[in-house]
Amino acid sequence: MESPVPMVLGALFDLSHPAHYLHWHFFQMSVANVVVILLMIAVFVAAILIPFPKRRRES
Amino acid sequence: MWTTWVRERAVSALPPEKLLPDRQPAYVSSWIYVFGVATIAALVVVVASGIILGLKGPEWWHVTAIGRFFNGIHLWAVELFFFAMVVHLWGKFFMGAWRGGRGRTWVTGAIVFLVAISAAFTGYLSQQNFDSQWIASEGKDGLNSVGIGSFFNVVDFGQMYTFHVVLLPLAVIALVVWHVLLVRRHGVVPPYPAKAAKPAAPSPPPQATPSEGSAP
Repeated sequence: MESPVPMVLGALFDLSHPAHYLHWHFFQMSVANVVVILLMIAVFVAAILIPFPKRRRES
Repeated sequence: MWTTWVRERAVSALPPEKLLPDRQPAYVSSWIYVFGVATIAALVVVVASGIILGLKGPEWWHVTAIGRFFNGIHLWAVELFFFAMVVHLWGKFFMGAWRGGRGRTWVTGAIVFLVAISAAFTGYLSQQNFDSQWIASEGKDGLNSVGIGSFFNVVDFGQMYTFHVVLLPLAVIALVVWHVLLVRRHGVVPPYPAKAAKPAAPSPPPQATPSEGSAP
């Protein structure tokens, strides 16, 4: 029985068509690339804000 | 003897407890500090998968299922490598990690960033498919325009593949080792000092009130 995962992922990320681009003056970047950069910013902010687990001191 | 000189200088610069510490400053307890080691972990996967791709060759990585899988591992490890490296760069920039005599740590990091980009670009050229052919035929114009096209010939697959598989990985690994040894030597940069609380503003002197019936 084939796994449904490739079918689901294929529905979400359709690679059969040219990429969509954001174009403003000389700036041109694919939507996927913009999403990755926004994700990097989100991860950076999260890394600063999320508290680091405190080490339990051995009694 | 020169070996004694090298050993004494090495041990003086990096004694064992500095080279392999078992403690870290309290301020290192933050998630922002994991991105440097995440970059190195991704680099290990990139190099390991790259060795397998190099040993098996382009026919394997394009045609067989497991070859395409390792091709994908190599690509996505590179994506994670750059993701982690850039977040690490942002963290180090905003914490001013060059302070306290750590200039060389910053500079080696900047250089390895540029060398890694070159390694990625030569990787694009090494794919052995129509994409890489297009990239080479387009990229040659840019490099020719700045005069280095004859020395770094992007349509010369052998040259680009050798840069990608041998020269640039050696440069990246050597720079990363130097970068980490500098971090071990100088320690993690302390945070910026907290701003001191401003003293309370002195209360203004009481203003004299005009008396009634005074002459204008």
